[in-house]
Amino acid sequence: MSEIATDLPRQQPASVVTEGGLVRGLLIAVAIVFLALFLVLPLATVFVQAFAKGWDAYLAAFHEADAHAAIRLTLITAAIAVPFNLVFGVVASWAIAKFEFRGKNLLITLIDLPFSVSPVVSGLIYVLVFGSQGLIGPWLIEHDIQIIFAVPGIVLATIFVTFPFVARQLIPLMQEQGTAEEEAALTLGASGWHAFRTVTLPNIRWGLLYSVLLCNARAMGEFGAVSVVSGHIRGLTNTLPLHVEILYNEYNFVASFAVASLLAGLALVTLGLKSLLEWRYAGDIAASGRRH
Amino acid sequence: MASPPLRPRRRFRQPSVIPGFGLTLGYTLTCLSLIVLLPLAALVVRASGLGLSGIWEVATDPRVASALRVSFGISALAALTASLFGFLVAWVLTRYDFPGRRLVDAVVDLPFALPTAVAGIALASLYAPNGLVGEQLAKLGIQAAYTPVGIYIAMVFIGLPFAVRTVQPLIVEIDKEIEEASATLGAGRFHTLTRVVLPPLIPAVLTGFALAFARGVGEYGSIIFIAGNLPYVSEIAPLLIVIKLSEFDYGGACAIATIMLGISFVTLLAINLIQAWSRRRFGYV
Repeated sequence: MSEIATDLPRQQPASVVTEGGLVRGLLIAVAIVFLALFLVLPLATVFVQAFAKGWDAYLAAFHEADAHAAIRLTLITAAIAVPFNLVFGVVASWAIAKFEFRGKNLLITLIDLPFSVSPVVSGLIYVLVFGSQGLIGPWLIEHDIQIIFAVPGIVLATIFVTFPFVARQLIPLMQEQGTAEEEAALTLGASGWHAFRTVTLPNIRWGLLYSVLLCNARAMGEFGAVSVVSGHIRGLTNTLPLHVEILYNEYNFVASFAVASLLAGLALVTLGLKSLLEWRYAGDIAASGRRH
Repeated sequence: MASPPLRPRRRFRQPSVIPGFGLTLGYTLTCLSLIVLLPLAALVVRASGLGLSGIWEVATDPRVASALRVSFGISALAALTASLFGFLVAWVLTRYDFPGRRLVDAVVDLPFALPTAVAGIALASLYAPNGLVGEQLAKLGIQAAYTPVGIYIAMVFIGLPFAVRTVQPLIVEIDKEIEEASATLGAGRFHTLTRVVLPPLIPAVLTGFALAFARGVGEYGSIIFIAGNLPYVSEIAPLLIVIKLSEFDYGGACAIATIMLGISFVTLLAINLIQAWSRRRFGYV
């Protein structure tokens, strides 16, 4: 590498801040081959396996009551978890970004906590609270309320693992935007809610959309945490990822990959929209740092 | 007439004309407590009921010890791999222009977006002895699926985006004038890279390593299908928690979870120290 670069009397002036053409080509090739092998190939496999026995076999995977139930449960879970975290994220970033108070950094760290907890542990802690041997388990049994091995547990675990998504995206964004515009609106007589709706919300909408997109992808795709609290009751507490697991363990590979292809499709749409947002609204999504 | 005290009282918050502080902070703390803090406290309570000796007893159980070794050891190797290739990918994406660069950039986030169970079954079928890649590896005498090698592959997969995305913004920020200065002062390109460009990036690479490592240790969905889950060989710690839970051994599950959380917190602490050091040394994170 050094021979090429120290070869000073090169024509192009730009060559001092980049590598020689050969090295460059080689590095690009290594990076692309690595990504193709490790990331793209598994994704392609999902679709290849799903269609291994043709369209009819593929579609058959969805003509099944359990698959319908799994799709329904996944949609219900996301429909509760995502709006919950959306509201939480906006409210929390208002409190954190628009005011100066003590203990703020601790609060941000605590909000981030679910990201550093293993999915399995995320499920475990809810079993410890609501399970039959849990903290309030006996009370729940007495009152005939089921949370673990039922839909509420799945929703709670999903809320937990997606808890930081919206807040951690919006906090730095709103901190960077400051409070001057809201103060101006308030001086001009707007109420707090009015200022939020007409000034703050338009400023954060792309960042909000971006984070909701990622939050939704995780909510629909979460496996570990949900697996621990679900109990795997077919038709009742099976989300799509759990349904994929059950079919796979039954050696029903085509159906398993067919259902998986639905989730892979969701991932692709998420990635596409995410890239589009990053490309079109780079400055409005995140506080400075990432700009591509 | 009593004059107001001269020294202002240290306030909990600085005054502001913006409304809604009490309401929003109250809501934030309520949600945080109910969803995150109380359930985590349940784990702490349960684990403290076991006592240090109880946790130690679980940790030194041969099967648990081997699962912890598998999780932490392989995750460290995988994070190292992810950091190396992640750096290369980040460098190529920010420094070179080539057709399809934007697409390649989007692909990097695939492990973030793809549900772990989907990644898990895809990797398992690819690396199985009759799979597309597994077949080739078998010819070389390597069995990937259902061995620790499979765990390593899955961990590289999920760790890679962390490694790329922590380094990438810093490569963008590099001031090219410094490189030009280095070149005008007679340094070769290799010299410039190793002495001028790379050192300030080390903290970011370490942070990316720590994030990929932490993620690998906790990962479940993408690993269990390819791992084979053979006790003492390819059984990971999160799976052992699930097994203990299904046997209603809550104490054992809590002890393993506590050990994993403890090590994750140490990792997080290490990240913060790296960043603090980086801020002192280079003036940025």
